Amino acid sequence: MGRVNVKNVSRTFQKKEDGSETEALENISFDVEDGEFVCILGPSGCGKTTLLRIAAGLETLSSGEILLNGEKTTDPDPKRGMVFQQYSLFPWRTVIDNITFGLEMQGIGKKEARKRVEKYLELVGLEQFRKSYPHELSGGMQQRAAIARALANEPEVLLMDEPFGALDAQTRNVLQDELLKIWEHKHVTFLFVTHSVDEAVFLSDRIVVMSARPGRVKEIIKVELPRPRSRTSLEANRLRDHVLKLLEEERYTK
Amino acid sequence: MNFEFIKTLRQKSVEVLSVLSVIILWQFTADFIVQNKLKLPSFYDVALSFFSVIESGSIFTDLLVSLLHFGIGIIAAFFIGLPLGIAMGWFKKTSRAVDPIIEVLRPIPPLAWIPFAMAWFGLTHTAAGFVVFVGMIFPIIINTYSGFKNIPKVHVEAAKVLGCTKNLDLIRYVALPSAMPSIISGIRIAMGVGWMCLVAAEMFGVSGDGLGYELWQSFHLHRMNFVLMYMLLLGFLGLFIDSSFRYYVDAKLLRWKAGTVV
Repeated sequence: MGRVNVKNVSRTFQKKEDGSETEALENISFDVEDGEFVCILGPSGCGKTTLLRIAAGLETLSSGEILLNGEKTTDPDPKRGMVFQQYSLFPWRTVIDNITFGLEMQGIGKKEARKRVEKYLELVGLEQFRKSYPHELSGGMQQRAAIARALANEPEVLLMDEPFGALDAQTRNVLQDELLKIWEHKHVTFLFVTHSVDEAVFLSDRIVVMSARPGRVKEIIKVELPRPRSRTSLEANRLRDHVLKLLEEERYTK
Repeated sequence: MNFEFIKTLRQKSVEVLSVLSVIILWQFTADFIVQNKLKLPSFYDVALSFFSVIESGSIFTDLLVSLLHFGIGIIAAFFIGLPLGIAMGWFKKTSRAVDPIIEVLRPIPPLAWIPFAMAWFGLTHTAAGFVVFVGMIFPIIINTYSGFKNIPKVHVEAAKVLGCTKNLDLIRYVALPSAMPSIISGIRIAMGVGWMCLVAAEMFGVSGDGLGYELWQSFHLHRMNFVLMYMLLLGFLGLFIDSSFRYYVDAKLLRWKAGTVV
């Protein structure tokens, strides 16, 4: 179960030097169904990452609330897994020990934890690299391992902050395919922040398009393309065109 | 065995040749140019003095005493410096409270503490250990602190969302391993400083044994070949301690790190 309700979330940042305020998020509301794949898309600086960090409990909100299965979220919690844009594997742990980290924190012994995460290692195709250190892996493999690490905690919702943003275009496509497979496999709700229209159209059930700063919900688009999706189908292009126009409006109204 | 030895000798021919020629040059200079055992004892004299201290067994007592002083210093510096550096690096308030005190004490040369070391501990091993401790603690504190300051934020956040939320757990599972390279180079710097302090403390007669003490005694007795022998011994011992530490650390603690420790 992973139902997420974002209710009237606002966030203002205060500058320390002169006390001036910047409004990052203004009255954001939307709901995510259990098992749904939702992308948050918006121009850079619109606060989409801030919103995700609030959902993860890494950032506070000024007003409003975010609920997971009806319960208010505040502090970070393994029920809300997160994959970061930067490479976030612990460099001093091997791949397998990175993935067991969450279980170890729950007090499960290392041996038992390693046995349990084996399936996640397989799921992301890193069996051969279990004993490698992160610096020995390519960027794509590191993000795969980070996804496995988040999944190993069996979260109800997986928050992804532009996880493929730093990867090259081909690796990104491969990982998108793999991510969808994982999503079909596991019953997890995905909240995925991206600045890539292609990515959003390819992945999501619904796209939350945000306006430029201060971030507001501009439009929520239901993506009704059948899966598995073609990246180049006419419908996909039409939808892409629509979303791009929405983003363009944001550029010129500012 | 013999064959292996010859093989390494061949591989290291340049190094061996270099050392050999310095020894020959040294012997030649001492015997034919300087011709004064007080100014430059020859290699042969130094070697003889080395065998004489081995024969009398005094070298072993002195070695153990020096290592004892060093051990007291390093253990005290480690168990006080590390927690202090951690507390300063993790809790801002601690850093603000402790930092001014450290900044005042740190520039005082460790050897300036020798009178108080004697006043507080008398002419004991602890007094010599204390001087070593003073030399070692600051590099350890400062490197631990700066290692903690440079922990990538994303690692701490990743740990938090994975369920590691208590300060103590975050320090143990994230901050400490992340700061380990910096802490270790702090310890290595500290060991270098500590070694110098050790010799100085012993030369001041803080204790009645030890390599530094013997070195100074030999000087008073005009036995310069012994002085030089103790000097070389101190050098080799320092080198040995540093490289065995480094070997251990690279193999065990920093295997995840590509390249070498600074």
